[in-house]
Amino acid sequence: MNVRIEDKLFLDRFKVDEESHLRIIDGEKCLQDCPEQPCLYLCPAYVYRLEEERISVHHEGCLECGSCRIACPHLNIEWRFPKGGFGISHKFG
Amino acid sequence: MKETFDVAIVGAGPAGISAACVLADAGIKTIVIERGEFPGAKNISGGVLYGHDLAQIIPDYAERGCPIERNIIESRIWYLSRDGGYSLGYRDSVFAEGRKHNVFTVGRARFDRWLAGQARQKGALVVPGTVVVDLLRDGGGRVTGVITGREDGEVRAKVTLLADGVNSPLAARAGFRSEPGPEDVALSVKEIIELPEEDIDQRFGVTEGNGVTTEILGAMTAGMDGVAVIYTNRNSLSLSIGANLADFAANKIKPYELMEAFKQHPMVAPLIAGGKPLEYTAHWLAEGGFDAIPRLYGDGYLIAGDSAMLFNALHREGNNLAMASGKMAAETIIAAIKHNDFSRESMAGYGKRLSESYVLRDMKKYRKFGRFLHQHGEIFDSLPRLAAFAGREMLTVNGVSKKDKQRLIMQEIRRETSLLRLARLLWQGWRSVK
Repeated sequence: MNVRIEDKLFLDRFKVDEESHLRIIDGEKCLQDCPEQPCLYLCPAYVYRLEEERISVHHEGCLECGSCRIACPHLNIEWRFPKGGFGISHKFG
Repeated sequence: MKETFDVAIVGAGPAGISAACVLADAGIKTIVIERGEFPGAKNISGGVLYGHDLAQIIPDYAERGCPIERNIIESRIWYLSRDGGYSLGYRDSVFAEGRKHNVFTVGRARFDRWLAGQARQKGALVVPGTVVVDLLRDGGGRVTGVITGREDGEVRAKVTLLADGVNSPLAARAGFRSEPGPEDVALSVKEIIELPEEDIDQRFGVTEGNGVTTEILGAMTAGMDGVAVIYTNRNSLSLSIGANLADFAANKIKPYELMEAFKQHPMVAPLIAGGKPLEYTAHWLAEGGFDAIPRLYGDGYLIAGDSAMLFNALHREGNNLAMASGKMAAETIIAAIKHNDFSRESMAGYGKRLSESYVLRDMKKYRKFGRFLHQHGEIFDSLPRLAAFAGREMLTVNGVSKKDKQRLIMQEIRRETSLLRLARLLWQGWRSVK
């Protein structure tokens, strides 16, 4: 199925902090030791994307569910809440 | 913010704000710290709320302008196959009149903001836009307040109530509960779809602000242990679909693709036809059940609502448990302040109150239900297929005798499973909820 996640995230209201609240701790580990790379699939906002030689983190669309943090097989994601008032702000909730 | 409070509450959701209302009513100096830019900005639920538990906090909520979307008069359950499904519902006019607002739908951005407004009117201080990053403790390990992300952001309090939701890195960091594993939570995505009020009335056969909830099991979670719901709001529908997070990881299924396929299901598509998507959000459901509940209190702290993993997965009840646990936490704190004792022993009244209430009694009753679903993948895979085969055969009028059709269905059942296995499934299902 072809769904454009951008179309969905476009509906939401974000106040984006330039500094990311998500960080991959050791990028090498993702490429060397993690054949499953579940973050690429289970993130509901497609924050993690496989590029040529790394996984990039698009924190600005993060829906703040926390799934990547606990589902990473190597617990290799440093996850904080965005600073107070930043991140997604629900219109309906 | 080097001020001292009687009570510091982390999170302005139903648990935290309910506690704040009860505490403020008793004249206790209370601060609620919320990370969203306003209370409700980060909050989501499937979208129903329960009048009984809200009335314990705000008895005249309807007169006070509670933002109710629709009053629910009918509850439907669907069991879906790929191309169709079974539907069962119960509607009763008592829910339109005598027991109005037993269940109603809300948008949490508006509802939580309104509820926080009530707490403010009662005298609680609600501070949004502020993240609690850690807890303050004294030498003996007793919690003595919170540390926020602001400069000089320490807030001292006699008691701290953690009500910061299911995704609480704070609770894990503080050692109050271990971080959930992917099998302990369900990840759910939600879409709000805008439709004219009259269209919703017509499509669901309701009038005058009444509405319908639909809870859905079956093939639409692509074999994963999950559920979907469709709830009617005034001029929108709430669609949610989710599954166990470990199942998402194992199956490499993208949550938004699951949502898109769900929206195209032949029983869903006509309900949302012509609708305009308004919002897309994601959240966990604390599906670990009774056995996932952490220690609920300790020296100088208590945990309530989703943070305490209080969620009834079978009945999809959560925010009523949050409001009830918030209220009981507040009552415990009021007694502790009276005796000026904030030790673990003094907080134990909270555990006792919860155990004697429907909150923990219901969770105990269903403690095996989550495991039952997770261990029976056929509920989401082969059984919807068989159920559809049976429905299709029996309803197709084609000159074949009903006896022969029955034989055909039995043959199909035996090919996929066995009658004994089906009987065992029913028996175990019953045992997990009895």
